[in-house]
Order: sequence, then structure tokens, then C-alpha cells
Amino acid sequence: MPDTDSSHPLRIGFYICHCGHNIAGTIDVASVAHYAAALPHVSVAREYKYMCSDPGQELIQKDIRDLELNRIVVASCSPLLHEHTFRQAVEKGGLNPFFFQMVNIREDVSWVNDNPAAATVKAKDLARAAIFRVSHHRALDKKHVSIHPDALVVGAGIAGIHAALTLANAGKKVTLVEREPTIGGHMAMFDKTFPTLDCAACILTPKMSAVRNHPNIRLLSYSEVKVVGGYVGNYKVTIRRKPRYIKEELCVGCMECIEACVYKEGKTPDEFNQGLSKRKPIYIPFPQATPQVVVIDPATCIEFKSGHCKKTCVSVCDRGAVDFSQKEETIDIDVGTIILATGYATFDPKRLPYYGYGKYPNVYSSLEVERLVNASGPTAGELILRDGRHPKTVGIIHCVGSRDRNTNRWCSRTCCMYSLKLAHLLKEHTEAEVYNFYIDIRAAGKSYEEFYDKLLEENIHFVRGRVAEVTDWAARPSEEGKLVIRVEDTLIGVVRRVPVDMVVLAVGMEPSADAQDVRRMFNISCSTEGFFLERHPKLAPVDTFTDGIFIAGACQGPKDIPDSVAQAGAAAAQALTLIDTGEVELEPNTAYIAEEFCSGCKSCLGICPYTAITRDEIKGKAFINEALCKGCGTCVAACPSGAIRQHLFEDDQIFSEIDGILADDNLTTAGVER
Amino acid sequence: MTYLYFPGCSLRSTGRAYEESLLAVCRKLEIPLHELDDWNCCGATAYVSIDETRAFTLAARNLAIADHLPQPDGSDPQILAPCNACYMVLAKTHHFMESNAEVRAHVSTALHAGGMTYTGQTRVRHPLDVFVNDFGIDRIAKKVVHPLKGFRVACYYGCQVVRPFSEFDHPVYPMTMDRLVTALGAESVDWPMKTRCCGGSLTGTIQEAGFRLNRALLKEATKRKANIILTCCPLCQHNLECYQQRINRRYGETINLPVAYFTQFMGLALGIPAKELAIQRLFKPPLSPAPAGKQEIHAHA
Amino acid sequence: MMLPVPPAMRASAAKSPPPMKTVVRRIKFESELDLAFGERVAERAYGQKLLSCIQCGTCSATCPLSHYMDYTPRKIIAMTREGFKDEVLNSLTIWLCASCYSCQVQCPRQIHITDVMYALKREAIARGFYPAHHPIPVLARSFYERVFAQGRNTESRLLITLYLRTNPLVMLREAFLGFHLWRKGRLSLKKESIAGRKDLRKMLNAVEHGKKEEPL
Ligand SMILES: Cc1cc2nc3c(=O)[nH]c(=O)nc-3n(C[C@H](O)[C@H](O)[C@H](O)COP(=O)(O)OP(=O)(O)OC[C@H]3O[C@@H](n4cnc5c(N)ncnc54)[C@H](O)[C@@H]3O)c2cc1C
Ligand code: SF4
Ligand code: SF4
Repeated sequence: MPDTDSSHPLRIGFYICHCGHNIAGTIDVASVAHYAAALPHVSVAREYKYMCSDPGQELIQKDIRDLELNRIVVASCSPLLHEHTFRQAVEKGGLNPFFFQMVNIREDVSWVNDNPAAATVKAKDLARAAIFRVSHHRALDKKHVSIHPDALVVGAGIAGIHAALTLANAGKKVTLVEREPTIGGHMAMFDKTFPTLDCAACILTPKMSAVRNHPNIRLLSYSEVKVVGGYVGNYKVTIRRKPRYIKEELCVGCMECIEACVYKEGKTPDEFNQGLSKRKPIYIPFPQATPQVVVIDPATCIEFKSGHCKKTCVSVCDRGAVDFSQKEETIDIDVGTIILATGYATFDPKRLPYYGYGKYPNVYSSLEVERLVNASGPTAGELILRDGRHPKTVGIIHCVGSRDRNTNRWCSRTCCMYSLKLAHLLKEHTEAEVYNFYIDIRAAGKSYEEFYDKLLEENIHFVRGRVAEVTDWAARPSEEGKLVIRVEDTLIGVVRRVPVDMVVLAVGMEPSADAQDVRRMFNISCSTEGFFLERHPKLAPVDTFTDGIFIAGACQGPKDIPDSVAQAGAAAAQALTLIDTGEVELEPNTAYIAEEFCSGCKSCLGICPYTAITRDEIKGKAFINEALCKGCGTCVAACPSGAIRQHLFEDDQIFSEIDGILADDNLTTAGVER
Repeated sequence: MTYLYFPGCSLRSTGRAYEESLLAVCRKLEIPLHELDDWNCCGATAYVSIDETRAFTLAARNLAIADHLPQPDGSDPQILAPCNACYMVLAKTHHFMESNAEVRAHVSTALHAGGMTYTGQTRVRHPLDVFVNDFGIDRIAKKVVHPLKGFRVACYYGCQVVRPFSEFDHPVYPMTMDRLVTALGAESVDWPMKTRCCGGSLTGTIQEAGFRLNRALLKEATKRKANIILTCCPLCQHNLECYQQRINRRYGETINLPVAYFTQFMGLALGIPAKELAIQRLFKPPLSPAPAGKQEIHAHA
Repeated sequence: MMLPVPPAMRASAAKSPPPMKTVVRRIKFESELDLAFGERVAERAYGQKLLSCIQCGTCSATCPLSHYMDYTPRKIIAMTREGFKDEVLNSLTIWLCASCYSCQVQCPRQIHITDVMYALKREAIARGFYPAHHPIPVLARSFYERVFAQGRNTESRLLITLYLRTNPLVMLREAFLGFHLWRKGRLSLKKESIAGRKDLRKMLNAVEHGKKEEPL
């Protein structure tokens, strides 16, 4: 083959792409091609409308054959987009795919430059640098790693549940890790779901028990991921299981222990009920909790605090499931792919004191109201306010902590719809006069507008305007004893004061408190607002920048249940693609040790961010695990002996590229001499 | 089939030219008409402002009279209502009698008190619809003896002939009359105001608003080089024709457009003498009854 | 050194300053509203559709008279729905509506806006919510009486009554047009009436016992 024989004279092919008007609209491509044609060793230089198209690729292949080219340079878009395409074309043409260099003259030049003359000069400079560089490219072998067929799903809200079930149904072994004592996430708290108003429990609990009973799913509830190591296809994960003080395999969830607890009444605010009721130290979040296993809260349990409890729970359990000696456990697993579905947190309305949350008892957050209207909630679905009254008028305030530069700038996407849902439920439960105070109604999903339309006809008031304050200041006798909402009715053009008995704050969705820690642990990125960042907002919405790790549900951004489920399915499909392919190709741009120069000084060991370097104790030299190396180059720069090198970033390659950039238009052949 | 002619109050006074030309055209085309016996006012748009059920009752009495006159060929009796308002009110009443049980119950009781019933047979039709869709535009074209070359017609439908209960054309961009005048040899002007309201009785009550609406219509028709406006409603014709001088004085305009009934225009093309078409009743006759193909536009009455 | 005076300042210095505007209180207490008003009007205008208004403004944009109205049709719907009864019934809008049905055929929610306007007119007339001598309610009333009695309307007589009851001066202005119409045979003073007057009155009176609208 011509490319492996360095005695062959260099024959470089240069191709510049118009990319429609994207490049050719700014850069004089003909002039760049003409210029490149005159550079040393360039055998052919062409321009073409779309190099990435099939005819564009065939052009390269034909030239390799007919003109015996042995190096290729393409000046077009970002390598992120098409480096792979062109490497493949080069390979098909019969050359080693790494005898190729790509120049980005779109993102780096034409899109950011409005001076055609200057842009053309810059394009020529970059082309020259690439042509100088490509002469020094060497043939490299592609490397592959195998994919472990098991998967990990973190977070068992509706997204995590759906992803785990999809993988398990495809025959893959899945470990599902959930932090709380039960799976289900936010959805388990709702009474009904928009826009169909089907009961949340009726559609969720079958999926929850499917998770519990699936032979391919190992459910680790009340657990958290502690350490993540490894790389795509070969992750090593350490999971911490918090002690429930109950033997999970013995407990059947009969709840007699809760009944028997020495506390006659609950004293601790019930987390699942948003603090609207009290629970005992031994409890179960809700009757259909999965797994149906009780938990003991050591912070409030008398036995844990004093060691002097009668332990009625122990005596009542004939299965002997209570175990005060239980310890925290750690579990290590190997998986090939990971799906993160850690969900979201709701905005804390105390941050907007003018809405009176935490001050006036009858101001509620929407999540609290979800529990309040829930048949299995703290009041069995009866709408009793904190002061014991039944509301006759209710005001729902939209966009609390959304679309607000002072708090969260984004639209939380679900609040309009769940506010409509709550308006309907509140009206149904109480026949109260219900007001929605909104900025816009965003009802863009399937059947959502129709739901809004239906609500309008239920004679629910829609007042367009962002509420300024909720107070107990009565300006008229009719406002006495009420919460007064002050708002501009922007449709009518008048400021209104609306006295109500109950205020519902439609709190927005925001990243979970620990999103940054999770992000760091799994080595992925977050967007500015703190949600997990997808690889591409349109074309890779569930991938991350770390291969083998996918995201699904509200951890990626505010979304409703249908979208969360769709994403979960997509993430599972992406994971399955990897698993079933069995292996992945790695970028060959890894670092390697030129052992003859390595002094074994160990300076590189600590600095590798991917812990890819170890020391071969027998040889007394450093060793780089190619599968772990991400090609960041840190060690290459750090090695005092110059013993670490990197494929595709060899010194001669980099220097010749620099020479190329710096060379003036009167060319020397300095850069291309071998 | 015989159409049951419902003149309404206007065709007996301000709209007399409409009645005369309509009857002449029907004679010419041999479309049999029979005046609805002892018809009463349709209630117009004013009656609903006082009492809706009574307004429906008024209109329903007419439908009920027709209801009892089935056609020899067994088809439904058809009321021909040339005034847009009558047409809409009768059609609306029929619609509500059919679709709204409450209205039907109240109105039926009222009709009973006067010894009448309405079973819902009656169809309400406008002459524009009947000429073009029943008689047929091709047949009309064949009967044209004086093609009306040289006319640029702004067809003005007004509101209620196409809104909201009629089914024979689009409620905002109708084409029936345009197709008709084209068949008569004239040119129809494309303009976006064919169904923009003339203000109805506002020209008599809140004149500032009423006049401005008509001014906009007249100015736009003039600007688009129409040399005549044709209407199919007595109130539209009255507003557009009778207030031109006042509008000119009030707003400093120089509008001078003949406004005629589409039936008069049809009649001329069909060779009916101008007198029979009541051309002389217009303030500004559109043309001299000249020999075929040589019509001219009259400057002034 | 003298600083150049901006033109705007010079102009205002030359004119006398505008008079101080009086402060008007504009706030709406919920107790001043009639919350069920919207639902009642909706019922009068055939169904609940009025409530489904999305405030898109198509009605106002298509209405040929909206630019003379004090509240556009959209606002009338909003205010009706929210119970601003007094404002709505006192508005000029309902009298300017010419029943052209433009709004109704274009409304994306198929709201019977024209019927809403009628319902509001009826209510305003029934409860005297209009300025004395306002020509439109007077016209409606005169027309109503005439047809009630005769079964038909005589346009000329109706107009004469209207002008006598509102502004007799207008009659002088209109007399000229009347004369022209008469000359053309387009004005008849003959009183129109029908043979079945008695039965008609029986029917209309039957309605009185049948369906009488409660005040909104
Ligand atoms: C008041 C309200 C009402 C709503 N009503 C509706 C509705 O009617 N219809 C609808 O479609 N949408 C509704 N939504 C939106 C809905 O809640 C979300 O779309 C959905 O819950 C997102 O699911 P998820 O699985 O992505 O996240 P979540 O439900 O938040 O689930 C995430 C899970 O991950 C767990 N977790 C988090 N971090 C970790 C970690 N580090 N380790 C292990 N586990 C972890 C959590 O404990 C939780 O169980 C509503 C939202 C709110 C606020
Ligand atoms: S067009 Fe219909 S929906 Fe739109 S503002 Fe008017 S009434 Fe409301
Ligand atoms: S019916 Fe009335 S409100 Fe509607 S567009 Fe016509 S004039 Fe305006």
C-alpha cells in the first residue's frame, strides 16, 4: 500500500467545501483551492458544494485511486460533525483513516467573520497548517473495548422506572438505585395526571410492582451511588445501602409494627405528605410503597436515642424482621452503561416572601395541594385548610420561581398544565370559585390545549397578570379574614384585589440540590441552569459527553410525564444499542509511554483525571490504560523526561502545524520536510 | 318549483328597485314566484335587542306559513328572501328551531297561541344563491343578450347574506356574485371589502361611525377602478348610494359611484327594458339602455 | 456659555403647560363584581362557549367598528366573564355593534359574540342602562312597538318616530334625503300592516307568559 511506505513521495489531496452558503457565502473557496493547489506536495485541490454528501466522499475516493493520493485534507465544518465521515471515506479509498486532517473553516471562520477578504486569508492559513501537518501523520490502528451487558439506572421516578423496565424486558440485567425508601418519585405523590386526569396511582403502581418482581431488575432502594470508576462499557460502581433496620426479605409490609409503636401518634412531619401530616419513627411512605417494607428513622426512634424503648415493634413482628443492628452496606457492581434519571426539585416559595408562604397558613405549594386532594393523602382527599376551614375561593398563582430573572429564568413547562389540573380538582372537591393568575398559558402538548379549553368552560377564572402580593390586609369588610391577591388584570386593564381563602403557588421545577455532586461523580456536564447537559439539544438529547452515560426525565430539564417516559425509552434504546453492539471503537488519540525514556518518576500518576496511568512495578515504568485515557494530554505536558507521547498529537505534527500557521504567503518547504 | 317570495319591509319602500328588478328577472328566467301570504316583518336586528323569543316568534310565523305549503313535487317549501337581514333572521330562526330545544319549545308554544305550527320544513334562500346554484350560471350566460362589457364591478355582498347561517358561499370571501357578473360579460374587481359591514342602521343613528364605514368602502372601490358597485341587500344599497354626497362634503372626498342591485344588472344583460328594472329609481343610473355591447356610464342622474 | 435648549423644551415653554390631570381611582374590588354574570350571559348566548374565550383579539381585529368602541369586543368578553357588569352594560360598544357577525365566524373558539352583544343590549335596554335619547335603543324600541302592533314596519314612519324621540333637528337634515327618495318612488308613507295582526299579537303575548328573561 502506498500509504505505509514512507519512501513514496507525498501526494496530498485538498478539498474545500461550500456547505451551501454557509462557507462559500463568506469565504472565496475557489481562491483557497487555487492557493492550496500551489502548496508543496499538493497533487490536487478541489472545491465542492457538499463534501459530506455521497458524491463528495466519492470524489475523495476516486482521487485516491486515480491520482495515487496518500494524504487527505478537508476544509469544511467542525470535526465533531464530520471527522468520522471523512475518515471513513479515506479508509474506503484504501488509505489508513488517520492519514487525514480536517480544517474547520465554518464554525471557526465563515460563521464568525463578516469580512470576506479576511475570512479567505484565515481559511488559507488554516489550510496551509493542515497541509503541513498531515505530511507527518502516521498510520494508526483502531482500538475497541467490549461493553459489559449489565446496566445501572440511577433514580426511580417514572423516568428511571420506565428505563429500567425497558432494558429488563430486552433481557438485560439492570440495577436500579433509588435514594428514598420507595420508588415512584414525584409521580407517586399525585392524585390525577393531566391532561387525561387518570389516577396517578392506577397507572404508576403496576409499573412499580413490575420493577419489584422483574427477574432482571435488582432494586436497591434507600441507596445511593458513592463512587463511579471505569469507562464506557466497563464502569465500576460502588453503592451505599442505608440501613432500614428492617430485614427487607422478611418484611411483608403488614404495618402492624407501625400500629404497635410506643408512639401513639406520629410526631415527625411526614416527608411524603409534604409535612401535612405526622408520621411515627417506624413508618412506610404510603400504602403502595415499593418495596413494601417499613423503615425506622433512627433520628426519632426512642431505642436509637436512649436504648430504653419497650420495642413493641419487635415483639409484634412474628416474622422477626425488625433488626436494630443493621449496618450500612456497600455493594460493588460492574456495568457497561448508566442511565441517570434523578429528577428535579421544586422551587422553594419562601424565596418569594411577597406570596406569604410559610407566613399565612393557607398559602400552599402545589406539591402540598397534590397531597391534599389525594384520596390517600393526609386528609383522605377532603380539602381541609391548615386552619380547619373549607375554602370557598381559591387563587392559583402561576410561574412561582419560573420565568423570573430574580430566581429561575426558565419556564418550568409543567406548571400551567398542573395548575389547570389542580384548578379542576379543587373545583370538583370544593365547588369553590377558582382563579388562575397566569402570565401566558403554555399548553403545547398533545391534547393539552383541549384540556385548557375544557377548563375554561368549567367557569374557572383566568386572570392574566403576575400576582404582586398576597396579604391579609383587608381594605374592605368583604376582604376581612381573607388572603387578598393583588394583580393587574392585563386583559381588562385594571388592578384587581381578589380575596380568597386559599392560595396555591405553582412552584417551578429546578435541578435537585445535589445535581452538581452527581454530575461530578458521573463526569458529565450541566447546563447553566444546573440541569444535566445533553450531548446535542436536538440530535443527541439523551446522550451525554461521557460515552455510555445517558440521561432521562426531569434531571435533563423541566418536563412532564409523557416527555420523561419518552426520554427514558430513548435512553434505554441508546444503552441497548451499545450493549448489543458489544464493543465500541475508541479514538486512537491516546497517550503512550516511550518506555526507553521513562525514568519511573511517578509524576504522571496523580495528575491523570481519568486514573488511566498506573506503574508497572516489574518494569518500574509508567503504564497507560488506553481504554481509560481520554486523550486530554495532561500527562504528555507533565512528563519531565518527555517519555509520554500522544497519537495524533506528536511533536512533529504539532510543530509543523504551527509552522504552517506562521509561514507567510511566500512559502518555504520547511514545514513539509520529513 | 315555486319560490315563496318574502319581500320584507324594505323592498316595499327604499328597496323598491330591488323588488321590481327581481320580479322582472324571475319572469324573464321563468322562475315561478308566489308571494308568501300575509307575511310579517322578520324582526330584523332590532327586535332581538328587546326580546329574543319574540323576535324568533315573529320570524317563525313566516316559516310556519310556508311550512304548510308543500310543493307539488314533494320538495320542501322554499322562502326567497332578497333582503340580507330578512334572509339571515329567517335562516337563523330555522337553525335555532332545529338545533335548540329550548327555543323550539318556547316558540312553538307562541305559534300555537295564534293557531300555527312549524315543523321545520321550510328552507330559506337568497336570490343570489337561487340564480347561481338552482337556475345555473351556464344557463344564465346563455341567455345574455347584452354582454355588459366595459363594466368593472365591485361586488358588495354585505354581511348577513354570507354570515353566519348561509351555506352557499364563504362567510368572508364569497365569489357567487363575482361569478355571476363575469357570466354577464362584465369584469369583477377583486377587493378585500366585499363582506365588510356598511354599518346597517348606524348611518341613521351614530352617523360618524356609519358614514366612515361607507366612506372606506366607496373609496376603496373607486381606488380599484370599479365603475359600479352591485349589492344584494336594500340597506347596503341605500347606505352606499344615498350618503355619497354627504360623505363627500363631510370628509372632502370626490366619490361618485353608481350603486345598483345585482338583479338590475342581470336584467340589463338579459335584455329587459331599463324601466322594468327600475333603473330610473336610482340616484345615479349605471348606464343608458343603449344597443347591445355599447353601454356607457352615466355621469349623473 | 449658553446651553442650547432642546426643541422639545422650547416648544413646551412657548405653550402654556398642560393642565394638571385629575387623579382617577381605578381599582376593582372583587365585591364590586358580579361573578356569575359571565355564566348567565353565556347561557343567554347559547351555551358555555363564551367562557372558553382565549382573548386572542380576532374579534376586535375583524370588527369594523371596534375602533369606535370604548371596549373592544375582546374586552367585552373578558369583562363579561369576570363579572364587570356595570362597565359592560354602560358601554358604547354594545350599541355600536352592527350585527355583522364578522367576529362570530372568525372566532377560533366559535363564541357567539354577536349573540352576546344582543344579550347585553337586551339587558341594558330592559334595565335602562343607556343615556336618554340614545338613538339606538330608541330605534329598537320604536321598531319593536311598531311591528308588535302592525306586523310590519313602515321605514319612513319608523325614522320619523326615531328622530322625534331623539333629536328632532336631525330630521331637518334627513328631510332632504327623504324628499329625494320620495321623488324616486323609494319612500312610502303608507302604513304597512298584516291581516293576521290579532293572531300575531296573541303569539307575541304568549311569549310574555312563556319565557321572560330574568334580569342578569
Ligand atoms: C405539583 C406538580 C404536579 C405535576 N403534575 C403532573 C401531571 O399531572 N402530569 C404530568 O405529566 N406531569 C406532572 N408533573 C411533572 C412530573 O412531576 C415530572 O414530569 C416527573 O415526575 C418527572 O419524572 P422523573 O422520573 O424524571 O423525576 P422524579 O419524579 O423527580 O424522580 C426522580 C427520582 O430519582 C430519585 N433520586 C434523585 N436523586 C437521586 C440520587 N442521587 N440517587 C438515587 N436516587 C435519586 C428521587 O428520589 C426520585 O425518586 C407535576 C409536577 C409538579 C411539581
Ligand atoms: S375572537 Fe373569540 S376567542 Fe378570540 S378574543 Fe374574540 S371572543 Fe375571544
Ligand atoms: S357583530 Fe358586532 S361586535 Fe361582531 S364584528 Fe360585527 S359589529 Fe363588531
